[in-house]
Amino acid sequence: MLGRAAFLGVVGAGLAGLFLGRDAMRLAGRVVPDSVEAIVPTSGWRIYTIGSSIPRVDPAAYRLTIDGAVERPVAYTLADLRALPRVEQVSDFHCVTGWSVDDVRWAGVRFRDLLAGAGIRPDARALRLVSGEVPYDDTLTLSQAFAPDALLALDMDGAPLTEPHGFPVRVVMPRMYGYKNVKWVTRIEVQTSLDHVGYWEQRGYDEDAWVGDSNGL
Amino acid sequence: MVRRFGRTERALHWVHATGFLAMLATGLVLYLPVLSEAIARRNLVKNLHLFSAVAWAIAILLVVALGDRRRLAADWREIETIDADDRRWLRGRRAPQGRFNAGQKVNTLLTVAFALLFVVSGFFLWLGERDHRFLLDGTGTVHETLTLVSVGLLAGHLYLAVIHPSTRHALRGITTGDVREDWAREHHRKWTEAERGL
Repeated sequence: MLGRAAFLGVVGAGLAGLFLGRDAMRLAGRVVPDSVEAIVPTSGWRIYTIGSSIPRVDPAAYRLTIDGAVERPVAYTLADLRALPRVEQVSDFHCVTGWSVDDVRWAGVRFRDLLAGAGIRPDARALRLVSGEVPYDDTLTLSQAFAPDALLALDMDGAPLTEPHGFPVRVVMPRMYGYKNVKWVTRIEVQTSLDHVGYWEQRGYDEDAWVGDSNGL
Repeated sequence: MVRRFGRTERALHWVHATGFLAMLATGLVLYLPVLSEAIARRNLVKNLHLFSAVAWAIAILLVVALGDRRRLAADWREIETIDADDRRWLRGRRAPQGRFNAGQKVNTLLTVAFALLFVVSGFFLWLGERDHRFLLDGTGTVHETLTLVSVGLLAGHLYLAVIHPSTRHALRGITTGDVREDWAREHHRKWTEAERGL
């Protein structure tokens, strides 16, 4: 029967798509114009927040506090952060829910340069990265934060971060899932233990959020 | 007036319509950046989406379990059968139609196929986020593609049911069950002839 054949064909194609679809979507991402991509994302960004609105930060009043196990707590203005050694990198972004954005151009400050001003104490083990989106926070061990591709980003794709992407600064940790890439960072607390559990880890995700090697794998 | 749809068929239609719209509204907030940014509250919206999905599935199963299953089975057999007249009709020629015209058959086949695929891909989206062994590569893509095509189908369906002058009488059939006899003869001649035993 033609109708049944069509029905089974659609179901079969859809089930096959479960295993193939991402490649098709990446292809679509290259063909679809950016203006359409911004409205209906194929391979593009989705914006996830835990609060009731996107945090709006006044750039003039903004301070990034670095405290905890440091020699001298500091509070950087946005201009201070822009005066620190600037690096650029191109890396992929992976969300734990299954979508990715390839080849994002980031620019910002390495954590080693960022923390140098405060002077981390010898017993420091981890960073607690606190978001302006209360109560979101997450942690990186010091060695994770000092990875060669870990960054506190100020710019994305050649322009300052926009509010949905974490203006004024966000964490970029490309080999870990997006929930480690804290947006709207207002405070970095240097910790002497690895005990603190981040927002999504309290809700079941893995602490060490390696892409392709965590959360069940 | 002649009876076109019984209580079970109408209940199935409206339960599915309500569930689909609830999942579409919450799903678009999760999916489209412009809505995600405006509404935020992702946890709440995600829970509403999952709750609508579970409520929809239970309601559909209840309608099938408690309703006129023989009638639904007969509907499905009729819908699966695309005969020579239907093929002519789909090519844009005039051809007499049964109780479901060929467009309605195609729409229903796609709607049921999509419902199954929405359930499977949605389940793996939910499970895969928690356990990456089940995070299949194309789950999100399938769920999103189904959404976009479904919105297209829904737009056409609503146009024919609410706006298009010669077809919108069908809305009466799916709400009250009855349609005018002259309308049925014009749009579904093979059905009315079979009813009169011709």
